[in-house]
Amino acid sequence: MITRRNALNTLAAAALAVSVGAGAVTAKAAETIKVGVLHSLSGTMAISETTLKDSVLMMIDDLNKNGGLLGKKIEAVVVDPASNWPLFAEKARELIQVNKVDVVFGCWTSVSRKSVLPVFEELNSMLFYPVQYEGEESSRNVFYTGAAPNQQAIPAVEYLMSEDGGGAKRFVLLGTDYVYPRTTNKILRAFLHTKGVSDADIMEEYTPFGHSDWQTIVASVKKFASQGIKTAVVSTINGDANVPFYKELGNQGVKAEDIPVIAFSVGEEELAGLDTKPLVGHLGAWNYFMSVDAPENEDFIKAWHAFIGDEKRVTNDPMEATYIGFKMWAQAVQQAGTTDVDAVRQAMYGQKVKNLTGGVAIMNTNHHLSKPVLIGEIQEDGQFDVVWQTEGEVVGDAWSDFIPESAALTADWTYPWVCGNCKKPVYTN
Amino acid sequence: MRRIILSLLLVLTAATMISSARADQTADLLDALKAKSFKAKIIAVENLAASGDARVVAPLTALLEGRLHKRKSDGAIVIVKKIDRRKFFFDALSGEKLGPAKARSSKKIRVNNRLRGILRGVLGALTLFSPDSKQRLSAARSMFKSAPSDSLATLSKAYLKETDEAVRDALARTLAATRLRHGTGAEKLAAVEQLSDFPDRDVRDLLASTALKAEGDLLAAVKSAAASIEQRLAFFNILQNLFQGISLGSVLLLAAIGLAITFGVMGVINMAYGEMVMLGAYTTHVVQTVMHTYYPGAVTQSLLLSIPAAFLVAGLFGIFLERSVIRFLYGRPLETLLATWGLSLMLQQFVRSVFGPTNREVIAPSWMSGSIEITGGLVLTNNRICIIIFAALVFLVLTLIIRYTDFGLRMRAVTQNRAMANAVGIRSSWIDAMTFGLGSGVAGLAGVALSQIDNVSPNLGQSYIIDSFLVVVFGGVGNLWGTLVGALSLGMANKFLEPYAGAVLGKILILVLVILFIQKRPRGLFALKGRAVEG
Repeated sequence: MITRRNALNTLAAAALAVSVGAGAVTAKAAETIKVGVLHSLSGTMAISETTLKDSVLMMIDDLNKNGGLLGKKIEAVVVDPASNWPLFAEKARELIQVNKVDVVFGCWTSVSRKSVLPVFEELNSMLFYPVQYEGEESSRNVFYTGAAPNQQAIPAVEYLMSEDGGGAKRFVLLGTDYVYPRTTNKILRAFLHTKGVSDADIMEEYTPFGHSDWQTIVASVKKFASQGIKTAVVSTINGDANVPFYKELGNQGVKAEDIPVIAFSVGEEELAGLDTKPLVGHLGAWNYFMSVDAPENEDFIKAWHAFIGDEKRVTNDPMEATYIGFKMWAQAVQQAGTTDVDAVRQAMYGQKVKNLTGGVAIMNTNHHLSKPVLIGEIQEDGQFDVVWQTEGEVVGDAWSDFIPESAALTADWTYPWVCGNCKKPVYTN
Repeated sequence: MRRIILSLLLVLTAATMISSARADQTADLLDALKAKSFKAKIIAVENLAASGDARVVAPLTALLEGRLHKRKSDGAIVIVKKIDRRKFFFDALSGEKLGPAKARSSKKIRVNNRLRGILRGVLGALTLFSPDSKQRLSAARSMFKSAPSDSLATLSKAYLKETDEAVRDALARTLAATRLRHGTGAEKLAAVEQLSDFPDRDVRDLLASTALKAEGDLLAAVKSAAASIEQRLAFFNILQNLFQGISLGSVLLLAAIGLAITFGVMGVINMAYGEMVMLGAYTTHVVQTVMHTYYPGAVTQSLLLSIPAAFLVAGLFGIFLERSVIRFLYGRPLETLLATWGLSLMLQQFVRSVFGPTNREVIAPSWMSGSIEITGGLVLTNNRICIIIFAALVFLVLTLIIRYTDFGLRMRAVTQNRAMANAVGIRSSWIDAMTFGLGSGVAGLAGVALSQIDNVSPNLGQSYIIDSFLVVVFGGVGNLWGTLVGALSLGMANKFLEPYAGAVLGKILILVLVILFIQKRPRGLFALKGRAVEG
């Protein structure tokens, strides 16, 4: 039995150990640059986010092997917010205040980003967010390296309407019921209206997270598509629900030639647990595909396989976004000569990093990237074949031009704007 | 004599020259496939199809399947084929073997959906007279959407020649569709008439698109045909809904029936129940992976083998859980709830660390993928049919065990009156462990079935636990028949509500309905009666 005194003693000792440990950490902080990694390693989102944690660790490893940054080694501080949105905010605060990290790479879902946003703004720290998202946001303390809607959703629909894409004039917008699909579909609906598609030719359906019985919805999509007008499905279905959805599509015999499905959240990683033979021809819209034949990509895949020790692991778009974000941050720190958040932020603007698929990504003053947009068709081996891509890079637009409330808004964090959502220049902070 | 020989020789050389010229021409046409734009590739495919050269079938099929490559060394167009796990190059036209294909030594010629559709139509026209009736059937079907206008004569010829009933039907449907697209005014009217015999979605789609452009008599005919098809489709739709309801019901039944034993019969609130389902699914994955390394291709056998394996793994684990944790918590529902909830999180994280957080693939045997087309408008997917049968079997076996075996008798005795059962010499603690094991084992079986329709991921169990409790509570605690009726009626209600209310609202409505129902009948549909039932 532990007596009360014993317990107290143990507690005191533990507290001492912690404070000594913390002291050691602060002493060490002088020689290392600390990078926080805020990705879920347990819970529902672990499926997607653990890969990104490993990507950041790989980048840090690589940088350390090449001499580190400003003559210092980089040290990763990994925490697990466990797919729990409020815990994201707590862990973010812990990273910034307790661990004193210089920058954080993290978050996947929009709701987790929205939850940490106030923390980063309050403590003036820096977050790199590597996932495609719904836009309508630009924070001074966040750099968005994933696609904004105009870098993914809009080009995807334009492709479906083009001759090569099948000339679709009727659309099914399928999504999981939360902020990203709803906002994206709002933008898409407004965009389709400008293209002359009426509301009668748009079907919008939402399902709960983890929805597993798709029989009814696939059947009703088939019905909607048999009205004599070429129909396409735009899917913002997220996470685990995708696998049963695609299985049902395959089993009910929905062929990509008849009703193509274009997805914004399905990449190589999501297809890895799936028999893709019945899905050949369905599409994905991203800024990166593993199958792209480019020397940078080949090196990246090689490095990834070596780091993770498994030749079968795939790479995907958010990994590239993490890669670009990390490289830009390292370059900006190098240029600023310090890890001070304000200085690094200034150095970030106009920072260039080679895309893994060719071309150059540039950080804009609205904290979004200029990146190429690629459309790929699913192949039997679970990879995508690029069937269309934009001529050059597309500038990420924080505030969509297709939603009336946000069309007039501008995000620009350089003088004289210094503002993430305003209509006219703001001169002070 | 000499003259004759000379002229013969002349003719022969001319003939070979012509044929070689033709071969070169086909090769040239094939070379056009190297073009970058899909538009150019489409023209190349159409030219190849029009060349009349029978050898183009092989490269076009390979193109459709993504096996037509451009060799990097000399730019030649070759077909890649796998023989005994090794890839080889074959000449695209002659089919001659050209040697092994090294990785990255060739580049695939890409196709997109539009090109794929055109390829199917073109290949259909080329294989319409194939000796294989299956190939003819798929040819006739694939031409429905994309038969070129000049294929009418070929189609009619094929139709007249055809002896196989199914292929003849498919040809008649395609012929009518092609006539409606490319025929004369009278032909179009006749085609509409013929098409109304095929009440399916594709025909409905074709008629609707015709109606957008048609006028006069044709428009009226098309409209009435479309209306009659729509009516029949609406009837099929009800049948389809019924099937979907039964299918969802059987999934719910499978997921809930183990819980009906542990919760219903034993009264243990086991929040880690979902993880037993997950263990079953992962066992399926492991069995399949192990089998695959030794006997690749034995997909069916591995799935059958994983049924007892999953039962044993989940069952033994259940017994272990009961002996190590749950038996200390009998009669304390709140503690059981918390302890098993903790166990469930631990199990999830354990599986996540061992197998990784990403989904694991379980390959479906070929007889479980695809669907059966009863008529054009009624499609039953094979995996769902299999699960319905599997659920019925599991239910049957379980009822028989409980009703007719010695173990079942003891189990019922302990449930109804523990003290009395003890008094007649039944080791009730042993029965508890076995019952818990049985319930968990059945959960493992559910895992095998769910691996065919859902993700094999650490979260698999979590998504079914709420639904399972709902079914058991709704059906009546302590009654397997109640679980059956509960599962089926919830499945039906869900599927008939979903088309009107949507998936999210439908689910909420079901929950509200069940809550209201429980208010009225707190013990569920089939409540156990009698004083032996512990309150």
